[in-house]
Amino acid sequence: MADKEFNILDPFSSVDLGLAESADGVKQWAISNRGIIQPIKNFFNDLIVGIDNGLNAVPPLIMLVLLVLIAWQAAGRRVAILVAISMTVLGFLSPNAWGLAMTTLAIVISAVILCFIIGLPLGILAGKNDRFETAIRPVLDTMQTIPAFVYLVPVVMLIGIGNVSGVIVTIIFALPPLIRLTSLGIRGVNASVVEAARAFGANPRQILFKVELPLATPTILAGVNQTIMLSLSMVVIASMISVKGLGNEVLRAMGRLDAGKALVGGLGIVILAIVLDRITQGMGQSGRERGHRHWWQTGPVGAVMRVFNKT
Amino acid sequence: MGSSMEEPVIDCRNLWKIFGKHADEAMKAVQAQGLGKLEVRDQFNCVVGVQDATFTVNRGEIFCIMGLSGSGKSTLIRHVNRLIEPTSGQLFIEGQDVNTLSARYLRELRAEKIGMVFQNMALMPHRTVLDNVSFSQEVRGHDVRERRENALRAIDAVDLNGWDQKYPDELSGGMQQRVGLARAIAADPAILLMDEPFSALDPLIRRQLQDKFMSLSAEMKKTTLFITHDLDEAIRIGDRIAIMKDGALVQVGTPEDIVTNPVDEYVADFVAGISKLELISAGKIMEPVEAFERHSGPFDASDWPEAHPDHSLDDLVNLSISTQHPVVVKADGKAIGIVTKNALLRGIQGDVEDASTLKH
Repeated sequence: MADKEFNILDPFSSVDLGLAESADGVKQWAISNRGIIQPIKNFFNDLIVGIDNGLNAVPPLIMLVLLVLIAWQAAGRRVAILVAISMTVLGFLSPNAWGLAMTTLAIVISAVILCFIIGLPLGILAGKNDRFETAIRPVLDTMQTIPAFVYLVPVVMLIGIGNVSGVIVTIIFALPPLIRLTSLGIRGVNASVVEAARAFGANPRQILFKVELPLATPTILAGVNQTIMLSLSMVVIASMISVKGLGNEVLRAMGRLDAGKALVGGLGIVILAIVLDRITQGMGQSGRERGHRHWWQTGPVGAVMRVFNKT
Repeated sequence: MGSSMEEPVIDCRNLWKIFGKHADEAMKAVQAQGLGKLEVRDQFNCVVGVQDATFTVNRGEIFCIMGLSGSGKSTLIRHVNRLIEPTSGQLFIEGQDVNTLSARYLRELRAEKIGMVFQNMALMPHRTVLDNVSFSQEVRGHDVRERRENALRAIDAVDLNGWDQKYPDELSGGMQQRVGLARAIAADPAILLMDEPFSALDPLIRRQLQDKFMSLSAEMKKTTLFITHDLDEAIRIGDRIAIMKDGALVQVGTPEDIVTNPVDEYVADFVAGISKLELISAGKIMEPVEAFERHSGPFDASDWPEAHPDHSLDDLVNLSISTQHPVVVKADGKAIGIVTKNALLRGIQGDVEDASTLKH
């Protein structure tokens, strides 16, 4: 390319800055720095495998009951019934569907936990600081729009294939809405309430934890919900770098043109998405909308409390 | 009330606040060349919020700042607890310059010495009434039982017993503002800052809350800076009133001063619609006995109604309604002046000069 003669009407094809080659240098760096990356990788791998083993160790029926109870507590009776039906259907999709779903759930949970740990502080900072918000916005846009295959390769080169890379690519894609919505939530807090807190002697930390975060919670939970949904949408792509679970089923079915297997994997992902979405949406709604004040006044905990209070 | 004690609790000296990017340059130009508000706006693209405000509030006094919206009164009151930093000037609270306090002592001052009530209540929607009221003590890290006791006492003082476990959105507007008042007094601060506390309420509720506030205030004797855009309210509540216009205090005085001696057209316009019945005293409109005798000759006041110089026009009307005679004003048993019917009528109009020199 570069040996082409310079043409003023087409200046681009004759100049080669070598960007692609220098970006490739990441590979060399990764190979020579294995020692640093390996312990970090092991830590995250242990986290993911731990959650996966935990979820798969619970007998499916007990897990089902637990999920229904969580749904009842977080989102009310209707959602609990929906979750019960959906998860039963999921279990009957194929003999190994439940186990695959739990593996996928483990990946999603790990990714969401890490997103929350990274995203909440960044979101708070973006909500408080206009300059940081302006600086981070193009980064978030890039993370959301750049095709996953672009960063799939460098991530695999750095860390190798497996769960950890899967979680990292999932985080890259799923993190932005949490940061955006946390920032939005912090900015949306009524300024006069914050002023009142200042007027009564609260320090910045107290204002954050006693006023801003509680009032921004519904918006932040909407961000968590979005993050979960995007994480699920990444499971098929993540399975290309050897992440197990429902996504892997879809990928293998694609390779063998096995429509039945693809349907099982696809439906499993959809059901998981519906269940997680309804539960987290329920958490985002204020108790007032559902006619009570505190979470412990309703759901299974509320029922138990009432029994205890009677005796 | 407490103005006899003459101990300034809030002492504001030549306070200026200019908003804008070039506020400091604008301030220098104002000091050097005496620029006006419009010149500052045009030359520096800055807005003058407060112009050279100087006033003191004595211990136990209720000092009202009255002005229309945009006159800078809410900006001025926020300098007292330094929610806003002044561009120039000083503000002392009990002799301590607020603007030299470190962040830590400033927070201590805000939490323990100053209570503030806001026009839009600014209650925390996620906290119960009790938790709202005890907020300032909570951030100071006071003992749970102690702050609960203080909060319940404050809630009781504003007649909201039994509502302490409710949330603000379960309360009516008037009740919410009572919570605001309870929050301000819970830590028993020396100073109350009231930023148009009753403006957002309907007239009947406003009246009730004014009465509640005045009875509380008489009991607690807190030094109060009270902002309002309602002159009636300022006159009802204030021991002294400052009229604010375009960021400057144009007149400071007792309600009677302001109503009877407005310094300029602007104040006079405000005062025009105010009922003078409760504000003007017999002493202001009476004609001295000698002057009366000069034009009407000696008189026999034995069956004339008698009044004290401090009696209001309202009292004088009641006295003279059942008789044809003028009212004789007596101090220490001695007649010092006469209020004729004509003088009384002029007085009701607020025309004090004319009332005491009426030709008969």
